[in-house]
Amino acid sequence: MEDRNKGGQGRVAVSELTGAGVVLLTTFLASSVEAIEMVIIVLGVGATRGWRSALIGAATGFALLAVIVAILGAALASIPIGPLRVVVGALLLLFGLQWYRKGIARVAARGLAGMSEQDVQDSDVPLHGMDWVAFVLSFKGVLLEGLEIALIVVSFGLAAGQLGLSVVGAAAAVVVIGASGFALKGFVTRIPRSLLQLIVGTLLTSFGTFWSLEGLGVSWPQSDLDIVALLVVYGLAAATYIELERRRTHRARLEVA
Amino acid sequence: MVFSGAVGVGRFLYRFIVGDDWTVAVVMLLALAATGVLVAHRISAWWLVPPLAIVTTGISLRRSGRQHEAAGHRLRR
Repeated sequence: MEDRNKGGQGRVAVSELTGAGVVLLTTFLASSVEAIEMVIIVLGVGATRGWRSALIGAATGFALLAVIVAILGAALASIPIGPLRVVVGALLLLFGLQWYRKGIARVAARGLAGMSEQDVQDSDVPLHGMDWVAFVLSFKGVLLEGLEIALIVVSFGLAAGQLGLSVVGAAAAVVVIGASGFALKGFVTRIPRSLLQLIVGTLLTSFGTFWSLEGLGVSWPQSDLDIVALLVVYGLAAATYIELERRRTHRARLEVA
Repeated sequence: MVFSGAVGVGRFLYRFIVGDDWTVAVVMLLALAATGVLVAHRISAWWLVPPLAIVTTGISLRRSGRQHEAAGHRLRR
């Protein structure tokens, strides 16, 4: 009965909620999920159509993403922290629930399998100059997968009061996954992306729930400790649903047989 | 050109925020609105959103599974 709106409190109070390690880990993992797809596309295009145009396309995509992050960050930073936490929390909750649901369905269906290589057409590769097909494929791959990273990084970073760290976590993920992809052939496709998606979905859903309700003025019974409680509850629910999905699939196969 | 760009951005945002099951997004937005109303009446409401998120996810998974099974049956016929 004690709920009072705390939305007007400053950014310092919010930054106390989420430590640097949590911000780095969450944005690193969230960005890794999309970076895997991004790296697979660029590697596939580079291997089949040539590296120069593929890498220029990827670099152009990253440059545009940096501009988008800067504009989005500046626009959202001007919103007062109370309404920002409601909007960003709701956004993270809705997006997090999508990954949470997809992660459950995919882990139940495929376990810890990685992602398969993308089929990339390798016909009509020009011998000299820029290969615009490779450029556009890489550019689109980086931009489309990166846009989701940008939205997560900016919203999560601002809500946690640590946008800089959030960007560092995302950049580190792209560098690590990218370098691993180039150095170790086949490594990226073996990363259990479904499990990673489920873990990040659980993290984003938990933080989204916590921040959106705090923004609305809800007082959590154990304050910040309730983020851990939310992680445990959503995690247990995911494990239960995975088991139920596997049983349902097993029953369906038996009926067909 | 500008119109198709705006449509593309709109599609991306819809896919990003709402995804392939709009009912989950609607239920969660209604749950947040209900929480806001309860808080305005000084009623503690931290308990509303988490269980609804879990139940809605379960319903969505079940519906998606049934759709896949139905599609499989149609293909086999």
